Amino acid sequence: MKILVCISKTPDTTAKIAFTDNNTKFNEAGVQFIINPYDEWYALVRALELKETIGADVHLITVGGADCDPIIRKALALGGDEAFRVNANSADSFYIASQIAAHAQSKQYDLIFTGKETIDFNGSGIGGMVAELLELPYVSIAAKFDLNGTKATINREIEGGEEVCEVSLPVVVSCQKGMAEARIPNMRGIMAAKTKPLTVVEPVEAATLTSVVSFELPPAKSGVKLISPDNVDELVKLLHDEAKVI
Amino acid sequence: MSVLIFADQAEGKIKKAALEAISYGAKVAAQLGTTATALVLGAADQAELAALGNYGATKVLHAADARLHEVETTVYTKVAAAAAEQENAVVIIFPHNFDGKAIAPRLSARLKAGLVAGAISYPDTSNGFVVKKSVFSGKAFANVNITSEKKIISIIPNTFPVATGNGTAAVEAFSPAINDADFKVKVVQTNTLSGEIPLTEAEIIVSGGRGLKGPENWGIVENLAHALGAATASSRPVADAGWRPHHEHVGQTGLTVRPNLYIAIGISGAIQHLAGVNGSKVIVVINKDPEAPFFKAADYGIVGDAFEVVPKLTEAVKKYKGLN
Repeated sequence: MKILVCISKTPDTTAKIAFTDNNTKFNEAGVQFIINPYDEWYALVRALELKETIGADVHLITVGGADCDPIIRKALALGGDEAFRVNANSADSFYIASQIAAHAQSKQYDLIFTGKETIDFNGSGIGGMVAELLELPYVSIAAKFDLNGTKATINREIEGGEEVCEVSLPVVVSCQKGMAEARIPNMRGIMAAKTKPLTVVEPVEAATLTSVVSFELPPAKSGVKLISPDNVDELVKLLHDEAKVI
Repeated sequence: MSVLIFADQAEGKIKKAALEAISYGAKVAAQLGTTATALVLGAADQAELAALGNYGATKVLHAADARLHEVETTVYTKVAAAAAEQENAVVIIFPHNFDGKAIAPRLSARLKAGLVAGAISYPDTSNGFVVKKSVFSGKAFANVNITSEKKIISIIPNTFPVATGNGTAAVEAFSPAINDADFKVKVVQTNTLSGEIPLTEAEIIVSGGRGLKGPENWGIVENLAHALGAATASSRPVADAGWRPHHEHVGQTGLTVRPNLYIAIGISGAIQHLAGVNGSKVIVVINKDPEAPFFKAADYGIVGDAFEVVPKLTEAVKKYKGLN
């Protein structure tokens, strides 16, 4: 059993969002970077649980510069066996998916896990693109994953509920809350991670289909209008007359 | 040349998010001087398909093959690609809902068509093809240029209006070759709460947090929601504690919603919760702690005890509805 977990470096969930260079670059000053939570808490930890229960080699892949190495080491400390970093910088989902697919092509993975989206670009596209490039089935936004031999039973979120799907491996799955519980690495894992293989590979030729022109911040709220708890009729009136939402 | 819109349905009814996508697609088509074609997969009512003309579709391709009743991303992608080819589609629109998130990326890779996922603007074609999207979980926006010849945009539900036109679309049967072998993912069970408004489509949401102290107190949230015709939601601690089901959880690790009105009761407003709701048009916060950070993101606020304020508000809403 071989599992590939795709991980991405993102700013911490509480990081201040600001931009530099005429609003074309994210301002990294003072920002702490983490493994994208969906990749870590759900994709990676579910892969590790499978490793512990049925045995699996858990490979990690990320696309990025050397500044990604600390988060890769953390993923190895949590229990990943081997990591690959494609040495390229691009914000285009298709380019990133092409790199992951090129790596996976020769490795015969039974399972490829991604997070449901990154918390920075919110693209939610890597899993589906990798699946299409590898001609594999894809289940998106999974909250539960069980395996019985080579058959997977997966709960996928839909509007107001969920679908239970069955599929034979190999399959690409994007993971969300429910898949697994977050873990923290222990000292033994941290020590072991230092000697686990992290291979840097050069990118393959691939197209970029999109480019970010600029970023902007939402306009500031004009300030809250406080209403007395004894005058809820006033709130109803404001919601009707002023906000026009009821 | 045309604009193709993937219009998904549930039990034969075209979803509201898909109607928004058709309305959006028709505007883009007008912008580009062409027409909009909607693509519907699975069984659907013919009259309802023709009525998609009301939203600006001039043509509807209907792939009625019974095997298409459930979403299978490989198959749906092939059908959408065949439709895009037949219609010579230069822009393809998806709703950024669960179906759109499952299929748009596959189609993007198949057609080498750049994807902007989670768009909140119409394309600006004055210098390239630039679409604004939500990034950093709603805390910022990015203007993204799609540089490929074909382009895919998925639009965030509840962001664009549903057009109110008066047209009839030409409905054409669409039957591309589909192999049984492509149906690799099989849906064996669907668990949905019938009769409830999906949160991502709700126009009004009443949401409760830890301040409500326990699941037994949810009646006041439900009563207010009922009076407003709203859906109910919760914050993460509430979902984690099992007070409410996970599919009601709104926030960074739960659902992102953009209702017209979001009423937060007993929710402090942690940054991760705000990430899921700050696209709401109007936010009302009811909290007994005047220092709750949520008030900074709110339009209207009441500092007070939820157990007193909410029932009074419910009565006020009922009175208002009765008078109107």
